Amino acid sequence: MVKLSINNRDVEVPEGTSILDAASELGIKVPTLCHFKLDDFDIESKAGSCRVCVVEVEGRPNLAPSCCTPATDGMKVKTNSVRAINARRTMLDLLLSNHPKDCLTCQRNLDCDLQRLAGEMGLHRILFEGEQMEHEVDRANESIVRDPNKCIMCRRCEAACNVMQTVGILSAVDRGFDAVVMPTNKHSLAETKCTFCGQCVQACPTGALTAVNRSYDVWRELNHPAKFKVVQTAPAVRVALGEAFGQEPGSVSTGKMVAALRKLGFDRVFDTDFAADLTIMEETTELIGRLTSGENLPILTSCCPGWVKFFEHQFPDLINIPSTAKSPQQMFGAIAKTYYAEKADIAPDNMLVASVMPCLAKKYEAAREEFAPNGVRDVDIVISTRELANMIKEAGIQFNDLEESEFDNPLGESTGAGVIFGATGGVLEAALRTAADWLSDEPIEDVNFTAVRGLSGIREATVTVAGKDIRVAIASGLSNARDLLDKIRKGEARYEAIEIMACPGGCINGGGQPSIKGDTSILEKRRQALYVIDEDKQIRKSHENPSIQKLYKEFLGKPGSERAHKLLHTHYTERENA
Amino acid sequence: MSTTTPVKDPAALASWATEQKAQQDSGAPILIRVSMGTCGIAAKTGSVLEVLQSEVQSQQKEGQIEIVQTGCMGLCHSEPTIEVYDRQTRQSIFYGNVKPEHAPAIVREESSQAYGVDILTQNWYRPEEEKADVATAQARIVLRNTGRINPESIGDYVGTAGYTALAKAITSMQPDEVIQTVIDAGLRGRGGGGFPTGVKWQFAANQPAGEKFVICNADEGDPGAFMDRAVLEGDPHAVLEAMAISGYAIGAAKGVIYIRAEYPLAIERLQCAIGQALEYGLLGDNILGSGFDFDIEIKYGAGAFVCGEETALIHSIEGLRGEPIYKPPFPAVEGLWKRPTIVNNVETLANICAIVRQGPEWFRSIGTEKCPGTKVFALAGKVKRVGLVEVPMGTTLRDIVFGVGQGIANDRAFKAVQTGGPSGGCLKSDDLDTPIDYESLRALGSMMGSGGMIVMDEDDCMVNVAKFFLEFTLDESCGRCTPCRVGNKRLHEMLVKVCEGKADMRTLEKLRQLSDVIKETSLCGLGQTSPNPVLSTLRQFRREYLDHVLNHMCTAGVCSALISYEINDRCVGCTLCARNCPVSCIDGSPKELHTIDKELCIKCGVCQQVCKFHAVDKH
Amino acid sequence: MTTTCCERCERDTLIDDMPEARQALETYLDGLPLTDKPERNQGFLIQSLHKAQALFGYLPESVQLFVANKLGIHLSQVYGVISFYSFFTDSPLGDFRINVCTGTACFVKGAGKILEEFVRLLGIEEGETSGDLRFSLGGLRCVGACSLAPVVMVNERVYGNVTAEMVPEILNDCE
Repeated sequence: MVKLSINNRDVEVPEGTSILDAASELGIKVPTLCHFKLDDFDIESKAGSCRVCVVEVEGRPNLAPSCCTPATDGMKVKTNSVRAINARRTMLDLLLSNHPKDCLTCQRNLDCDLQRLAGEMGLHRILFEGEQMEHEVDRANESIVRDPNKCIMCRRCEAACNVMQTVGILSAVDRGFDAVVMPTNKHSLAETKCTFCGQCVQACPTGALTAVNRSYDVWRELNHPAKFKVVQTAPAVRVALGEAFGQEPGSVSTGKMVAALRKLGFDRVFDTDFAADLTIMEETTELIGRLTSGENLPILTSCCPGWVKFFEHQFPDLINIPSTAKSPQQMFGAIAKTYYAEKADIAPDNMLVASVMPCLAKKYEAAREEFAPNGVRDVDIVISTRELANMIKEAGIQFNDLEESEFDNPLGESTGAGVIFGATGGVLEAALRTAADWLSDEPIEDVNFTAVRGLSGIREATVTVAGKDIRVAIASGLSNARDLLDKIRKGEARYEAIEIMACPGGCINGGGQPSIKGDTSILEKRRQALYVIDEDKQIRKSHENPSIQKLYKEFLGKPGSERAHKLLHTHYTERENA
Repeated sequence: MSTTTPVKDPAALASWATEQKAQQDSGAPILIRVSMGTCGIAAKTGSVLEVLQSEVQSQQKEGQIEIVQTGCMGLCHSEPTIEVYDRQTRQSIFYGNVKPEHAPAIVREESSQAYGVDILTQNWYRPEEEKADVATAQARIVLRNTGRINPESIGDYVGTAGYTALAKAITSMQPDEVIQTVIDAGLRGRGGGGFPTGVKWQFAANQPAGEKFVICNADEGDPGAFMDRAVLEGDPHAVLEAMAISGYAIGAAKGVIYIRAEYPLAIERLQCAIGQALEYGLLGDNILGSGFDFDIEIKYGAGAFVCGEETALIHSIEGLRGEPIYKPPFPAVEGLWKRPTIVNNVETLANICAIVRQGPEWFRSIGTEKCPGTKVFALAGKVKRVGLVEVPMGTTLRDIVFGVGQGIANDRAFKAVQTGGPSGGCLKSDDLDTPIDYESLRALGSMMGSGGMIVMDEDDCMVNVAKFFLEFTLDESCGRCTPCRVGNKRLHEMLVKVCEGKADMRTLEKLRQLSDVIKETSLCGLGQTSPNPVLSTLRQFRREYLDHVLNHMCTAGVCSALISYEINDRCVGCTLCARNCPVSCIDGSPKELHTIDKELCIKCGVCQQVCKFHAVDKH
Repeated sequence: MTTTCCERCERDTLIDDMPEARQALETYLDGLPLTDKPERNQGFLIQSLHKAQALFGYLPESVQLFVANKLGIHLSQVYGVISFYSFFTDSPLGDFRINVCTGTACFVKGAGKILEEFVRLLGIEEGETSGDLRFSLGGLRCVGACSLAPVVMVNERVYGNVTAEMVPEILNDCE
């Protein structure tokens, strides 16, 4: 332990603690921009580059960046000396001098760390004005907009992309005043192996990386008189949306969300959880098939489009082992535009299927070439949790006062197995519940496979199902996925089933969710909320979902049938690893 | 030594040295040393060498004259340079500006007056072997062998006590004794900051045993500094030997030399030296039978000044962008591949062997109390004798510029000396009598840096000089931290305004204000010192700034926006200026007074240069 | 692997257009003592890029990718490094690479004027290459030949004590 004083108050902290963290022990929040820390995922980027967090340390000629200066015994720190304040303001001044001043029309307006700091410091004019950098804005993909002119070289996105996700497309390029973070060889994101997971967007403190916003397109469709408007909502949205309206993290706002969507003008509000149950039917069938034949193991889940794009680029040699089942989002679209359209007597091309997703890669997924059979897209527009929150606000809907409403049927009925898709481990647990039933003579009673739950990056378990040991592994965060795949590639580890989610913690931490601002405890709360919903459900096994059973009976036949294959399965494409 | 078997032990080394020494003393009566450093080669010393060699053959004087190629002698002002050494009288004569046509006469050993080659007076001594003749003499510890021995011959090096320091250290001293010796000697890092070298070693030695590294920083990047290049080209084994000693001291078995790719000759000589040292077992496994193993690898820079900063350098070796990171952790704790690492620059290392051979007291007898030893300066700019100068710490600027350098060229008036490169500042004539060391230079607002010393005269505009250094920093900033990336850009923009006469007094205040913040907030040494050229000129040459701002005047006549050319009545109408003007802005018929269209004039000054009648005035 | 994705790539030498250089680079890279520690393998990057640039004249994207794959690192990291170090270039250089030393000694002795003269006569700015790929004009970090200041280098050849009047002669030498 070391003892130091900060602003004349003593504090004792473990050796190696930064001044920044020591100050926060005393409730003193030193402003930062480049510092990026995700406790539960062991991610910390201390670029020490923005110099906004500088403080005065007695006896040192220079100011010290509090984020990367370790506290030492007897240190005397002043966080708000005139020197520190002046330097901090000058740093902001310099950053703003090279930053577009279009805050009002910036996507990050009111949600920008740079803007917030400038406001807090009362920076009302730029003292050191001068040349600004000029780069093209990259809008050439469905998910992410990249405006390098707003890059402040905090390098947080680099940490997210290269360290946390090991996608490895972002790097600082050039040097000096021209230095800026760019995708591989200054190409547009679309030309790279970007997975569109959106973790860089979550990491970015300014408007340099933002999500593609489709809310206007949704408004336009909603106002289309002739269209039949259907929306689906992913499991993780309901446990995070409330945060945008001041609710405590972990609040469940399913009913209010459904009500809000109705108010916005959707004709039917359905649930991706339904499609999740459907995914389990197909995927578990595939799993059991492979277990029986002993071939093509382990099976890898394929619900996560970021993960799918990741292995298409970086592990093309393993392209045959992921399940061929489409993701719940795409299954939903396929069923809505066939089965449901037929049932409700609506022409598929007159139906709008919109999705609300916690994810930015889902925007990319919906636009993938193969998901438009006969030219009709399975899913037409994808918006993120954040976009939905903004639309609700834009429409003047008082979210917290809404009377709760329920999903429409049949595509709104779901089980506890469907909802836990939103957290890492959930897909596998849902599959195990069904597999256990199908492999045993009698339905299992305890559906809680707690061994596969949690937030840690890689979890392994051996689950006994009908007397059979199934070795399973779960990875969330693509660096963990990479570690796991490397082991499989080298034959160092053997599993029967593996679940992978691109975002650390799963969809609850998706690129389209309300920002957790580095507070990973929020994720744990969202995760727990999903399991509470699960617990509260009467039916907690996908195959027991009556609407699913009916769907097979009326339309699909058996899981794995030819029709099911045509509508619910997909293929993967080897992509360049550059 | 006739065989190439590894040198087994210190005794074998000693007998080899005796053999070499005898050979060196008993060769042909005349030894001609030809300075074949980069600048010598650029000055076409190669053709002089060729003619010398063929003359020796054709005059059949192989027995009388031996020719050896050496590194730089430091007499850069007079390249090509050769030294003619008489083995009997032990006297040397240095010839400068030698041309191939001089060679036959030199080989005929004619008196130099006969064919008019320049004879250079030389005033240096080697403290290890000799006493100074005069108090102001240069003292060569670092440059002891440079320009004297053949850098491609390990035998030459061994003949001048080479590898005896390593032998002494690894066979008769404990690692902590070696460190203590360096600490006691008071050697300070010659690359810039002047941190005590032995203390740095001790930090690394105190780390738990395991993989450790010794790095030689040969990324000499200060524009106008070339002493490291001279040492590497002229005495590469001295650096290898010192690295091995430091490896022994801290418990490292691996050394890396990080060298600029712009120094191909130095790289070649290092590769050659490493090969020889391995062959003779003076590097590699079980050196001199001591059980100590040490290998050296060369890694190349790729054109980034900031890689002279040790954390950036380490990143560069690791194949990353050469961006510095915040210290702590210091490299001595967590350096290359996160292992304890010491980084020493070439000149620092070049002192080590002498210290180990002669002991700390000897070293402390040279230089000053706080800064023992010598410093090599690369004297360049508007001085008569440009070259490498090694003087005891505490020598005055006057002794260097007006003594060794023999004053300002072309009869111009002295204005300033810039030291410390882009991190340093400018010193005025008032400072000429200050004894130079790390502290005194810092007190004057400059830096020792790596020892570049650029002399400026009345034709240099100090605002423009500050702008030049800022341009350099802008080019070389890694772009990582805000103050250096954006702040220096703003400083530069303000300086441009001053040079264009568009600045006001507020600009000068902002320059100072921003400079102060950049100094105290930047991440690395490059950023922290980058405003020094601005602050130092603002303080020392405030008058010039005020002239630019208030009077729109550049007294040195450099800032083109503030000068104009006019033709006076000495013009005879020869039309030469009009014909040479690149933008054809000079009007006038032959034999009539010409005029310059100031709107079109780009102020290139060609008219003034070509006019034979002094009829073009610059205002 | 070698389809062109943008204009820049079309101008690029594709690695397969120069089979000998490709072979030499492959031999070099395969000869590196790579380990199973990827971060240590990255330590070979800069020397590999030196080698590649010497073979191909510059570092087109296809060559960068080749090096990246051999060393097992991301292409983005390779480009980050290339764009950081002034020695490396990802666009073709002229047959005659004219570099004016920008060191301090050369600066005070009028290197600026000489650079301006090159700019004027060649019609290209510092850092540019002429359209016919004959000339590249650049600045050069101090080569330590300060005694000859100002210094101009054309490829490997050093011109010392250069004046603006000598510039046309220097260009004439470029044959």
